[in-house]
Amino acid sequence: MTTPLLTVENLTLNYRTGGDPVQALRGVSLTARAGEVLGIVGESGCGKSTLAATLMGLAGTNAEITDGAVSFRGENILTAREETRRKLRGKHIAMVFQDPMTAFNPVLTIGAQLVDFQHNSGTPKRQRHSAARDMLDRVGIPDPDICMGRFPHELSGGMRQRAAIAAALLMQPEILIADEPTTALDVTMEAQIIHLLRNLQSDYDGAIIIVTHQLGVIAQLCDRVVVMYAGQVVEEADVDTLFHAPRHPYTKALIACDPASLSIKEKRLPTIGGRPPDLAHPPAGCAFADRCAQVEPICRTAAPPRVEIGPDHIAKCHEAWS
Amino acid sequence: MLNYAIKRIGLAIVILFTVMLSMYAMVFLVPGDPASLALGPRATPALKELLRERMGLDQPVLIQVWSFFRNAATGDLGYDVWSKRPVFDQIMEFFPNTLALGAVALGWALVLGILLGCAAVVWRGTFMDRLLGVLSVGLISIPAFVIAIYALLIFAVWLHWLPAIGAGQPGDIVSQIKAVILPAFALGIGWVGYLARLVRASMLEVMNENHIRTARAFGLPERRIVFRYALRIAIIPTIAILAVGLGSILSSAVFVETVFGRPGIGTLITGAVQKRNYPVVMGTVLFMTAFYLVVVTAADLLIARLDPRIRDVFRG
Ligand SMILES: Nc1ncnc2c1ncn2[C@@H]1O[C@H](COP(=O)(O)OP(=O)(O)OP(=O)(O)O)[C@@H](O)[C@H]1O
Ligand code: SF4
Ligand SMILES: [Mg+2]
Repeated sequence: MTTPLLTVENLTLNYRTGGDPVQALRGVSLTARAGEVLGIVGESGCGKSTLAATLMGLAGTNAEITDGAVSFRGENILTAREETRRKLRGKHIAMVFQDPMTAFNPVLTIGAQLVDFQHNSGTPKRQRHSAARDMLDRVGIPDPDICMGRFPHELSGGMRQRAAIAAALLMQPEILIADEPTTALDVTMEAQIIHLLRNLQSDYDGAIIIVTHQLGVIAQLCDRVVVMYAGQVVEEADVDTLFHAPRHPYTKALIACDPASLSIKEKRLPTIGGRPPDLAHPPAGCAFADRCAQVEPICRTAAPPRVEIGPDHIAKCHEAWS
Repeated sequence: MLNYAIKRIGLAIVILFTVMLSMYAMVFLVPGDPASLALGPRATPALKELLRERMGLDQPVLIQVWSFFRNAATGDLGYDVWSKRPVFDQIMEFFPNTLALGAVALGWALVLGILLGCAAVVWRGTFMDRLLGVLSVGLISIPAFVIAIYALLIFAVWLHWLPAIGAGQPGDIVSQIKAVILPAFALGIGWVGYLARLVRASMLEVMNENHIRTARAFGLPERRIVFRYALRIAIIPTIAILAVGLGSILSSAVFVETVFGRPGIGTLITGAVQKRNYPVVMGTVLFMTAFYLVVVTAADLLIARLDPRIRDVFRG
């Protein structure tokens, strides 16, 4: 087992709103290790993007971190000075954002932005242009020189997503976070991007974190999976164990109710009856109780424990052993 | 881009012709003919006839309209029978003063307004942000002529730092610069507050967009994000307003020119209206309309240059 590059411990985050705060993250813990692809999967609204942004120290202005730590190489970046965090961004931890349509500045060319994005790199200024060009080439953009002079809206969705991935890889970060890298794309583009990410992964020795709705993406790309539900990690396992011996009823339901979901054609997680709880007023017991097939009376009153099933397999459930 | 430019310029020309036509119609709609209005009730018929002839009013209407268009297109705005000089020459004598005043006023207001607007964004939510807000609203609500009178009193009358009246000696740049400072200060100060508010509002909107988060995610310094990533987009609505603003600043220049006894388009046109000097009024209004259209069209083209998305909408 490799040493963790990034450790998240008991991360708790609320969004201040007009009414009661939205408890978007409720004690999330996970680790990302060098050379490994970690998948984060869960229904829309379960806090995946919030978690990803917090790892960069970029949670929104109305976000309030009430507890927990995010440690990069042993240093808690949540309590570090803003200047320290700024120096980490892009160079050590980089991110591909959820929506490639709006991720680039509309009035600057792709080239100008890729050059700017190397701000923290320490590369001499005149080499940044060729570094950007080479990276566009590497992610499979057919005409990198032309692409450098294009404005974002002049590229197709797939090309824009490639450019966004190129941007994130520019400074060889130790941690690459991709928030739904394929959701906005059609099936063909998606297959190409997955192919690209797999190729990148083979000669990349950092940690890759892939956030997604799609079990198919997880199956094709990830080594280890974290399943999130209502702002919590409900199950964590290596990818084979997760698909073949899931222990949390939510994971089981996801996989059992639609085996076809393992193909990447399925854009959504298979639907399970009912809705996730309102995060402004999460229930006292298990957040999944209203939708769970194995629910017991205790589930409604006591928060489920974190059960260690195996060395690298954890489920947060009263019935994890049944 | 070329197509877009042609469309915008074509539109400007159509507007200009409409303005010219309606101005010409106006002269005929006003009761009484311009010559007798100009000369007053006690003028002899012979004198009126002479003036009508000089002003071309004895010609058939269509001929008059046609020659008005034709002359205007060549820069000939008619002849002023009072000063016995072409109208265009008079405008050219006064207009540079007004343009200098408007440009300096808007120029310093723009620079300061943008800086204050950006400062408010960098310090958003803090005491400084609120202070700038109060200051801006204060500046907007004080009328230009009140500022003008106090500025005149303090810097010209008490301190004798700057001249109180005039536009400086011809050919003497230093005296001209000194003469423009106070009026430009008075004229521009309201715009500082207005532009600061405007820049702040559109900056805050842009700062919430996803691409700003991307720039942050690459560790760009906040200053660079504000001035390169956000301002380039936020400035676009400001440019549009600024072009329209130049029109209003040139018309409010009348007050400031009066307070500072500064020769300009404002003094030219008020004098001409008092004397019912139609050729001068019409020529000046036409000239200013044309100038205004040039500015607004130039601003539209500049916006299209700054925003590639707009450029593409009008491509083809
Ligand atoms: N800025 C914000 N202010 C208030 N609430 C927010 C904010 N951002 C997200 N939320 C809420 O926090 C919860 C988690 O949102 P988040 O975007 O992290 O979910 P997600 O898992 O990424 O969803 P999706 O799959 O739709 O991207 C949701 O209930 C969302 O409505
Ligand atoms: S704790 Fe109870 S309700 Fe929650 S998932 Fe487990 S069995 Fe279902
Ligand atoms: Mg999301």
